[in-house]
Amino acid sequence: MDILNDLITVLNSTLRLSTPLLLACLAGLFSERAGIFDIGLEGKMLCAAFFSGAVAAITGSVWIGLAAGIASSLALSALHGIASITFRGNQLISGVAINFFAAGMTVLVAQSWFKQGGRTPSLTGNGRFNAVELPLAESLKDIPFLGHIYNGLISGHTILVYIALLVVPVTWWILYRTRFGLRLRAVGEAPEAVDTAGISVIHLRFAAVGICGVLCGIAGAYLATGLQAGFVKDMTAGRGYIALAALIFAKWRPWYALMSCLLFGFLQAIALRPDLIEAYLSFKVQVQLLDVLPYILTVIILAGFVGKATPPRAGGEPYVKEQ
Amino acid sequence: MTINDKKGRHETVVPAIELVNISKAFGAVQANKDISIRVMPGTIHGIIGENGAGKSTLMSILYGYYKADKGEIFIKGSQTSIPDSQAAISAGIGMVFQHFKLVQNFTVLENIILGVEDGAMLRPSLAKARKSLTELAKEYELNVDPDANIEDLSVGHQQRVEILKALYRQANILILDEPTGVLTPAEANQLFRILHRLRDEGKTILLITHKLREIMNITETVSVMRRGEIVATVPTSQTSPEALAELMVGRKVLLRVDKKPAKPGAKILDVKNLRVVDEVGIERLKGVDFHVRSGEVLGIAGVAGNGQSELLAVLGGYQKATGTVKINEKPIEVGSASQGQSRRANGLSHVPEDRQQEGLIMEFTAWENSVFGYHHDAGIQNGIFMNNAAIRNEAQAKIERFDIRPPDPRLKARNFSGGNQQKIVLAREIERDPEILLVGQPTRGVDIGAIEFIHRQIMTLRDKGKAVLLVSVELDEVLSLSDRIAVMFDGNIMGERLASETDEKELGLLMAGVKTGTN
Repeated sequence: MDILNDLITVLNSTLRLSTPLLLACLAGLFSERAGIFDIGLEGKMLCAAFFSGAVAAITGSVWIGLAAGIASSLALSALHGIASITFRGNQLISGVAINFFAAGMTVLVAQSWFKQGGRTPSLTGNGRFNAVELPLAESLKDIPFLGHIYNGLISGHTILVYIALLVVPVTWWILYRTRFGLRLRAVGEAPEAVDTAGISVIHLRFAAVGICGVLCGIAGAYLATGLQAGFVKDMTAGRGYIALAALIFAKWRPWYALMSCLLFGFLQAIALRPDLIEAYLSFKVQVQLLDVLPYILTVIILAGFVGKATPPRAGGEPYVKEQ
Repeated sequence: MTINDKKGRHETVVPAIELVNISKAFGAVQANKDISIRVMPGTIHGIIGENGAGKSTLMSILYGYYKADKGEIFIKGSQTSIPDSQAAISAGIGMVFQHFKLVQNFTVLENIILGVEDGAMLRPSLAKARKSLTELAKEYELNVDPDANIEDLSVGHQQRVEILKALYRQANILILDEPTGVLTPAEANQLFRILHRLRDEGKTILLITHKLREIMNITETVSVMRRGEIVATVPTSQTSPEALAELMVGRKVLLRVDKKPAKPGAKILDVKNLRVVDEVGIERLKGVDFHVRSGEVLGIAGVAGNGQSELLAVLGGYQKATGTVKINEKPIEVGSASQGQSRRANGLSHVPEDRQQEGLIMEFTAWENSVFGYHHDAGIQNGIFMNNAAIRNEAQAKIERFDIRPPDPRLKARNFSGGNQQKIVLAREIERDPEILLVGQPTRGVDIGAIEFIHRQIMTLRDKGKAVLLVSVELDEVLSLSDRIAVMFDGNIMGERLASETDEKELGLLMAGVKTGTN
């Protein structure tokens, strides 16, 4: 029973910690599948975290906060789109610029608005997303095993966790079952094929970047209003980059993205419980070492130790009609 | 109004396409100038011209890629404006580009419906496309597996997918831009059969090419372009390759290479069991053996991508391999990838396949380019300094000897035409008086006039008793220059023939991987 309880606790925080990664990863998936590399996931999440936290604190409504977060992330997406699609600029540089901009701007505005050292006020009540009790969770909790899992692991998360999980099949369905998905995948592989088929490469890529903005917005809002109760400086803590690594690990596919984000979430979750590791493995692991695990995995993935991942062929290249 | 048709035969028939006074300029360059053509329905109409004559620009205008500066387009007699590809498709125009516009990791079906799906959901569109693909395949003998991924198909089949794409979009007019450049002779013949079939079913076909033989074989009418203008439109039956070549270039051209009998001497280059594995682990050369003697040209024929590039890279010293290579009986290092310098010291010169990537630095001037690889030679280097004045003088002399135009060594390589760029490389490599010359695709993207010159240079080198290894995907070129011909297929040499005792048909089979007879 004890093992099960501990496991449920760890998996429960795995789910919560995977959520922002998963949303950002799927955001990146849409953008990169359309051929636009987006290193600015981090910045967009951070910006959305700040605006959702700030607006939720001011209005007292987390939903208005969420909307503000999405809007701010979309604005940065538009910037990335204009720079890299319309003006065919370098996508990496545009993304890095967005990250720097978000890192500085959020703290600056937070200090100017709230004078709390670059944070937003703590959110309470309707100012943040609260846990959703799934039906019958309470009454089923005493059923051994399944009831336990239902109550302790599946029920009791914020709505955004469920939305994130739902986005996975929806993304798969859009990509592989709809006209939009076919064209989106095509424009990331062979924009010239899309262009000669009489479809606008620019419109498609902007649509993809827009979806990316919305998902990053939700991811950032979840950080400030779901996972935590307010915005703090640099609260994304590299999650945007981890999401990119997870995306490569997932070979740009939605279900694999779920798996790889859960893996990263799990590593973050066990870092929170060094006591459990000590109890079960009967040796003490440095907390710092645990903290660094997700980043080590990122490096390993990016170094290509986990098999060959083929990125979309036209990724990172602005589309220019050939002569 | 049109130059076509003296007797007024077609006057009752409305042309499928009529272009009237189309002009298009890119900056100061007049790519198309007052072009007027009439293409009759149900015919194969060829457009021939040298690189840069404006053929592709004209077709891009017809397909909505570019907008003409002036002029009018009539499709089936009604004036049509074609601002984008979508408009071209609705006007019934389908285009098969030289470089296919296919999504490599999509299936055939997915490629075919892309852009003409029947609604937001894919399944019904795919089902419909599958059905009509079966019908099209039957009607035009265009068989392809609808569920195959494009990247798994041969080039010939990929081209069929492009044709099917056009037909699925109800195209009545099919434009093919240099369609045989990437095909084996057998595949090309198959393509021509398909084109005949399409014509017989009433489609109109515009064939753009620089190959005279294709024009003569399958077109009914041919228009010749030169420097952005149509210089003639004639029924194919009333012209000859020589006449067309003259129209293309603007002067008399010798199409045949003037070849004296070879006097082969000692083995200069001897290659045994050469193997190359590329960085993703695929074996590109699978144990290749051959030799080249002094005073002869060994031609390597084959469809692009069958190991010829790797062979040149190994011999040129910038690709690792295993096996033995001897120059003048002396073994040379093939196990490391930076041997260009020592190769040259051993008397080997190399005119690489891709002059813009491997042969020249496009942003450097012609005189700077004229010494690359030889910059350590005496007289060129002076201690740690380059002897620039000497290099410039030498470059000026080479420019005169090789008739490179414009004759200014201070121009950047980028500012020369393809043929003149090739001459810069050729001058650099030949004038070092090599024991053996490697030459890859010597006339790719080079105009007919320059081809004649380049071929003559290669023959002169041979007649001086040097060894030449020629790699080309142009079978005509291999046949006319070589003394012996080796055919490569899938990293192997399929067979070796004497040029005087073989023909295109036999070589074509070898190029397709079919073993014929013995030698």
